[in-house]
Amino acid sequence: MDTLTPTAERVWEALRQVPDPEIPVINVVEMGIVRDVKVDGDRATLTMTPTFSGCPALHLIREQLEAAARALGFAEVEVRTVLSPPWSTDWITPEAKEKLRQYGIAPPLPAQEVGLIQLELAPIRCPRCGSLNTSTKNTFGPTLCKSIHVCNDCLEPFESFKTV
Amino acid sequence: MNEQLKQALIGKLTALADDELILAHRDAEWTGHGPILEEDIALANIAQDELGHASIWLNLRSALDGSDPDRLAFFRDALEFRNSELVELPKGDWAFTMLRQYLFDTYEALWLSAAKNSTYPPLAEAVAKILREERFHLQHTRAWVERLGQGTEESHRRIQEALDMQWGYAQQLFVPLADEHLLVAAGIVPELAEVKQAWLEHTTRHLRNSGLELPLQMGYQPTHRETHTEHLWSILAEMQSTARWDPEAKVW
Repeated sequence: MDTLTPTAERVWEALRQVPDPEIPVINVVEMGIVRDVKVDGDRATLTMTPTFSGCPALHLIREQLEAAARALGFAEVEVRTVLSPPWSTDWITPEAKEKLRQYGIAPPLPAQEVGLIQLELAPIRCPRCGSLNTSTKNTFGPTLCKSIHVCNDCLEPFESFKTV
Repeated sequence: MNEQLKQALIGKLTALADDELILAHRDAEWTGHGPILEEDIALANIAQDELGHASIWLNLRSALDGSDPDRLAFFRDALEFRNSELVELPKGDWAFTMLRQYLFDTYEALWLSAAKNSTYPPLAEAVAKILREERFHLQHTRAWVERLGQGTEESHRRIQEALDMQWGYAQQLFVPLADEHLLVAAGIVPELAEVKQAWLEHTTRHLRNSGLELPLQMGYQPTHRETHTEHLWSILAEMQSTARWDPEAKVW
């Protein structure tokens, strides 16, 4: 076995150690940001997709992906960005959704094709007490991917991951 | 793609990017000055999204002509910008900003919906990405139009004044570029006249439901995107000053 050229699986494992800069309880692989890993000798090509196109963490994620792959000993690491297919919160793994909930962020609901204007918003479950009796305070939050809510039962304010 | 079509597409991508870039900066002027904290945050989010969209369009342009998106944003002079005059107007009061964002968001969402099946794959991919973010904007700004239109006497007066001023400016969003018909014929971008029909239907209905009246006189309607109001010079002076202060800087 040639320890100098790690397999793609080793690279995936290393990338699973890279936390999402804005939600550090989940990593960039669970988040669905890393789309592909290709290994060719001492060269690794990583493909990533942005969550929200204006997300300020994108540059940092790119740098951290590259650093994680370099740390495995690759001479050349290329990080490519693709827009298609567009990132969806459905790509966040079920385990990661549970981590979000435990962290206090209501996880995204299953994504579906919606029209331009969605007037009836699905109720968001309070990550703390599980009640559906919650109100939306702001469809925008402290980061592009989150909205702000309050639970009318346990009175706790909380964030929710937007479903896209 | 032949050279003529390529040049037309570069022009269109620049116009799309410049609208988003300048609007994002006008919205960002509210950061720290919003009427309440939640709205300050919401508008900062919207500005950030529009900036992300500008970056997507400029990257598509870069793939065609090798241009550097940062240099285009921060080192072009006002007369090289191809944004509509609507987005460069000073931010005005809250009603002015919310109405402009609503008129623009509706146009953008409808244009993107019509461009989904573009025959130019990079554009179709970008559209699919941007459309997902845009509907959050529209949901937010259309609620503000209704809230202000049906709120107090003062809020109604302010948003009606904003509408009287902006309605003519907004029509420029539907004026095609000189060579845009080439792109339409090739199925790369949608026909603006059709987008305009859908936009008129959406906005007219919502503005009326919000208790507002469309101005009887259209007012000033800018035509082509090569001229600008004096306001573009001042916003660029501010937006570009840091980058121009040290053009060789690699890291900020």
